[in-house]
Amino acid sequence: MDKSFFISSSPHIKDRDSVPKIMYWVVLSLLPAGAGAVYLFGVRVIWVISISVASAMLTELVCQLIMKRPVGVFDGSAIITGILLAYNLPPEVPLWLPAIGSFVGITVGKMAFGGLGYNPMNPALIGRAFLMASWPINMTVFKTIPAGGTLSGIDALTTATPLNVFKHSREILIHGSEFSTEKVTEAAQAISQLYGSSGNLFLGKVGGCIGETSVLLLLIGAFILMYKRIIGWKIPFSYIGTVALLTWIFGGTEGMFTGNPLFHILSGGLILGAFFMATDMVTTPVTFKGRLIFGTGCGILTVIIRLWGGYPEGVSYSILLMNLTTPLLDRYTKPKVFGGK
Amino acid sequence: MLRRKTFRGGAHPPEEKDLTENKKIETMPLPEKVIIPLQQHIGSPAEPIVQKGDSVKTGQPVGKCNSFVSVPPHASISGTVTAVEPRPHPLGTDVLSVVIESDGNDKWVSSIKFDKDYMKLSVDDMKNRIQKAGLAGMGGAAFPTHVKLSPPKDKPVDIFILNGAECEPYLTSDHRLMLERTDEILKGLKIIMKILNLKRAIIGIEKNKQDAIKIMRAKTASTKSISVVSLNVKYPQGAEKQLIKALTGREVPPGKLPMDVGCLVHNVGTSLAIYDAVSSNKPLIERVVTVTGPGIKTPKNLLVRIGTPFKNLIDFCGGYSETAGKLINGGPMMGISQVTDEVPVIKGTSGILVLGKKDSDLKPEGVCICCARCVDVCPMRIMPNHIATYVEYGRYDEARSMGLLDCIECGTCSFICPAKRNLVHWIKFGKAQYNKIANEAS
Repeated sequence: MDKSFFISSSPHIKDRDSVPKIMYWVVLSLLPAGAGAVYLFGVRVIWVISISVASAMLTELVCQLIMKRPVGVFDGSAIITGILLAYNLPPEVPLWLPAIGSFVGITVGKMAFGGLGYNPMNPALIGRAFLMASWPINMTVFKTIPAGGTLSGIDALTTATPLNVFKHSREILIHGSEFSTEKVTEAAQAISQLYGSSGNLFLGKVGGCIGETSVLLLLIGAFILMYKRIIGWKIPFSYIGTVALLTWIFGGTEGMFTGNPLFHILSGGLILGAFFMATDMVTTPVTFKGRLIFGTGCGILTVIIRLWGGYPEGVSYSILLMNLTTPLLDRYTKPKVFGGK
Repeated sequence: MLRRKTFRGGAHPPEEKDLTENKKIETMPLPEKVIIPLQQHIGSPAEPIVQKGDSVKTGQPVGKCNSFVSVPPHASISGTVTAVEPRPHPLGTDVLSVVIESDGNDKWVSSIKFDKDYMKLSVDDMKNRIQKAGLAGMGGAAFPTHVKLSPPKDKPVDIFILNGAECEPYLTSDHRLMLERTDEILKGLKIIMKILNLKRAIIGIEKNKQDAIKIMRAKTASTKSISVVSLNVKYPQGAEKQLIKALTGREVPPGKLPMDVGCLVHNVGTSLAIYDAVSSNKPLIERVVTVTGPGIKTPKNLLVRIGTPFKNLIDFCGGYSETAGKLINGGPMMGISQVTDEVPVIKGTSGILVLGKKDSDLKPEGVCICCARCVDVCPMRIMPNHIATYVEYGRYDEARSMGLLDCIECGTCSFICPAKRNLVHWIKFGKAQYNKIANEAS
């Protein structure tokens, strides 16, 4: 029998999972938070997300054509970048903002390095950092009152996210002698109000960026990803754990060990960042110890920025900075080879 | 001592053993011709001692060894030598082989007869019989058995392990041997324990072979020195180093052998062959092969003569089905893909697997997305993704620092990679390049 056989190296069977499958599961797990955002902030959210995703995909397609690389725009990674960028924006941003943000994130953050798998930093966060530096006012105006909730505290008109109020009030309380007694009392009230609104924070009925407020819906998505073993526990838990510990020690207004870790975990983009952005596979270490160090590093940087830095929120920058340490961490945390010392 | 009886890493490819696990071993009728390669083992090849035109009897040696790490091949049928020339070999290149055309009589050499006092032989005599019988490891690696049973005095062995794990998907030859030739396997084990002067042996069998575990336990119930341990089903539990780790907790250091941690491992088929060799002077001329896969019409477990062309076994199993696309010597994870079905069954051929066309296409390799699944599953705890990337860019020294030379090529990383990167292929290539450069430098 003159039969010709196909030849290749072992192994000859492969698991059924694939890169697009993984990416689309991530997209799916981000949808609950998106749906929640539509309920909380209105239908406009759909426009922001759609334009962000469309811009990301179109930019990637054009780049791949110009660079003469295989077109892989439907593998899901550009969609994730678009969604994550939109989730990091206030609900009332002008629609050209996500378009530009996705464009910058995909070109500078990803395609300039060769595309998926080659980028050193999280593309969505690159886009966000660019927007923050270029249009700081548009990026920090939170006028939309979430459905069924209230904008807490002092300045109900322009910068009323919980972390903003916290930073402002904490400054007043720490430097109490420089302010009038009314202001100090107001600040103390604001802080205790924040500490008492865990319910609202958990459900998302507070001011903030589109995808970061509803902790409940984000956790549902995160649970799905952990069950499917697409993300692990090491980075999110070391990240959140470090933030909790450090904010308890340093985040209080009455001296050390008086902080409220629960408030810090539930507010800002921490849950979104810890489960969906700090776990981006391409830009994080592959080793066990490397991942723990990465998460802890993000936690430390986030707390430093939140408590002592110029911005109320530190998640994006801490992740971007730790992304840069990934190759170093991989090299110095190699697992001990089987039988090695 | 409560210790998890497993190793870190590993994966769970679909077992597919139901195709043949309940099929009794069938003895194939004698082939019209056999091709006996002079190298079917690790070590130096044998030299031919027959030439074209000679007539040979079954069990007659056709090659002689010039070094210790070598085993002689034997004629597996009686007949006439029609050629001594290079022929295709399942492990890749053409190898000098003795081609014998059968005379249909299967006349055996007279030295093969049962010696009822075989257990009274001296250890050296036993090892002599094992070497003369041409025994090599039958789990696939084919390392000369008499060499393995002669550890140097400064490496004392205190535990012997019989490998009944058979972790490769599809393969069931060891399973059927444990069920149908239990007594002979255990008699072989007793011989091994005498040669090594051991008080303790462990038989490791994966949980998916409950009937084999039961029968082994029943037959060793009265022997306190032999224990049967049931292992969790995980690939590659049957790999020597991982088996030792799971059963004893000891880890063989990189570059070293099991005897460096006081252990020795043999396949159940090798144990059977040891019994045949020591008790009856019977050389290794036949073995059980699982012929299976979606590309075979009627999968079976066959007892065949060494040297039988693959084609004969496949025809005996109904031939190829329409979907046949890839022919493999061995299992799907570590087996070698074949160019032709005219290659012979050799001492290490535990299975012949024919996969379908749709499993045979080489899907395009994607880019590494650093998902770390390969790092998590690697049983040797090295970093396949980084190794493969370094090899791709020709940086072999850095690949080595990531563990290139410690890879056992089990295939678990390539299996699990969602980007379908051919990690093992890159690593095999990298090893060859690294060794080539190292040899050129010296």
